[in-house]
Amino acid sequence: MIFLRQLLFPLIAVIAAFIVGGILILIIGDNPIEAYRLLLGSALSWPDGIGYTLFYATPLIFTGLAVLVAFRCGLLNIGAEGQLYVAAFATAWVGISFANMTAWILLPLCFLAAILAGGVWGAIPGILKARFGSHEVINTIMLNFVAVALCSYFTQYHYKNPGPIMETTAIGGGAHIARLGRFVPGLPERIPVNVAFLLALLCCLLVYLFLWRTKWGYELRATGTNPTAAAYGGISIRKQIIIAMTISGSLAGMVGINEVLGYRYRYYDGFSDNYGFTGIAVALLGRNHPVGVVVAALLFAVLQRGGIHVDGFSEYVTKDIVQVLQGTIILFVAAEAFFSGSFNRFGLLKRAKV
Amino acid sequence: MSELFSVALFWSTIRLSTPLILAALGGMFSERAGVINIALEGMMLAGAFTAAAVTHAVGNPFVGLAAGMAAGALIAAIHAVACISYKADQVVTGTAINILMIGMPAFLSGAFFLSSGSTPQLPKEDLIPWTPIVIAFALVPIAWYVLYKTPFGLRLRSVGENPEAADAAGVSVARMKYAGVLLSGALAGIGGAYLSIGQSSLFTRNMTSGRGFIALAALIFGKWRPVQTLLACLLFGFTEAVSIQMQGVVKLPSGEDIPVQFIQMVPYLLTIIVLAGFIGSSRPPQALGIPYQKER
Repeated sequence: MIFLRQLLFPLIAVIAAFIVGGILILIIGDNPIEAYRLLLGSALSWPDGIGYTLFYATPLIFTGLAVLVAFRCGLLNIGAEGQLYVAAFATAWVGISFANMTAWILLPLCFLAAILAGGVWGAIPGILKARFGSHEVINTIMLNFVAVALCSYFTQYHYKNPGPIMETTAIGGGAHIARLGRFVPGLPERIPVNVAFLLALLCCLLVYLFLWRTKWGYELRATGTNPTAAAYGGISIRKQIIIAMTISGSLAGMVGINEVLGYRYRYYDGFSDNYGFTGIAVALLGRNHPVGVVVAALLFAVLQRGGIHVDGFSEYVTKDIVQVLQGTIILFVAAEAFFSGSFNRFGLLKRAKV
Repeated sequence: MSELFSVALFWSTIRLSTPLILAALGGMFSERAGVINIALEGMMLAGAFTAAAVTHAVGNPFVGLAAGMAAGALIAAIHAVACISYKADQVVTGTAINILMIGMPAFLSGAFFLSSGSTPQLPKEDLIPWTPIVIAFALVPIAWYVLYKTPFGLRLRSVGENPEAADAAGVSVARMKYAGVLLSGALAGIGGAYLSIGQSSLFTRNMTSGRGFIALAALIFGKWRPVQTLLACLLFGFTEAVSIQMQGVVKLPSGEDIPVQFIQMVPYLLTIIVLAGFIGSSRPPQALGIPYQKER
């Protein structure tokens, strides 16, 4: 029953958000059912719909996991956006600087760059919190802007590909990772879903094992649930904060693997479509559990893919409906008491509690 | 270098500081009442869009300004209901509002004006380049007076510092928090309106481009106090003005442009440094971010 209740609220939040979105679509004089049919239908077609949906889900799984790990330690990582930018740039930098190396050396180096750069950028607010007590939310927001400016500077002044587009030169061929189209019959290789998707699923498993099956994970969660008790039990809160933020940053950083090594093969300035912020929604909707994160990431990926389709085929509804739906979903998930209040009134929750 | 520090730079600083001052003072009322407001960005976007759309429809920018203010307050009301009445996490709700407000104005513009997310261009006589500036600078002493010299201000601050004591003294904690958050939305709404019907002549997609967050940075840099916050806004407005003026004018000895990215980073880096306590200490209101649960 506990499991069902965990499912119930996110589901209600999603449905409620779709109702709010539907009312909005009605107000602007369009047909909500038609719009939602376009939105969901296009994302579930084979191979383009599903291929792109999985591709969009990949970064969201990484950022969702990043927010989850920090959250389990009682921290809010609003900085996944900055962490993934720094990591993506670092990945591209390694891929460009050592372009001539064989894949056996270059690929691990690129992976390491993504994980390390993201980890370092995540560790900074962790250290600032542990050492000076300054709030990680403010520091991660500020570091997002610093990250974007830094990457943009290096792209513009040092590694720019000639031409009007703000992007770096290409990475070495040895650093490319395979697209899933190479292994899956019927899935063309032009669809950019790549090995990073499998890596994301693997990370879900690893995060689960780490948090719930190891001593370190236990200490991290203990810090999140009750820092006073954890400290009394001999756990160093400061250490846990830094560890959690570093892991969180590394997970966000792996978005760079998907983006640089599997998709564009270069750093593209401003590539992230709010992946870091959507990650907060993904983690919340997924109830801060790895399995939930995968499901929520897939849902948001469906929206993102479908949004592009709606834009092209409906008269009034633009792809901006996706952000409206996302924001509304988070609002409802965050204000869960809103539903439990109205449930109690109808006596529904009492039954669900059994 | 000397050609940089001119009258033009002075006015540019004033113009660029105005939206920051309005949003930061707004944020101050909310955070002094104990409610974190990282949704200033979203509230500014709501104000910017509504002001431009209403001015286009009515043809009167003052009606547009009032509508922008009301829109900011309306979005703030969502924040208030979720955080105060339903005890939602304030940071998460703020993030939700920011995402929602990237989408909503563009969605409505797309539908009403069949555009790709912007409102129609307004004629020059429908713009108010000065009114919001006057409002912003006049608000600083008013905010100071309200916060420190009126019973309302005292109650607002007490709710942000020690809600239990305020409650025991008969202050309605929820009502004060609502007042703080709604004020923040109204002021951020004016700040956004200035961007669309003061500084430029239409609303464009995501036109605040992070100004809500710079305002938040200024608020922290200004240690949650009105006058210091004003100075922080002027400093951040000045850095932006300098970065605009410097483009292509001032060169490094090597003959290259000075990268604007480094100037853009200044407000954010300063905020991190001041928050870590390197430049004096910046102490947030004691009960900031903690939902108040009345004892029964």
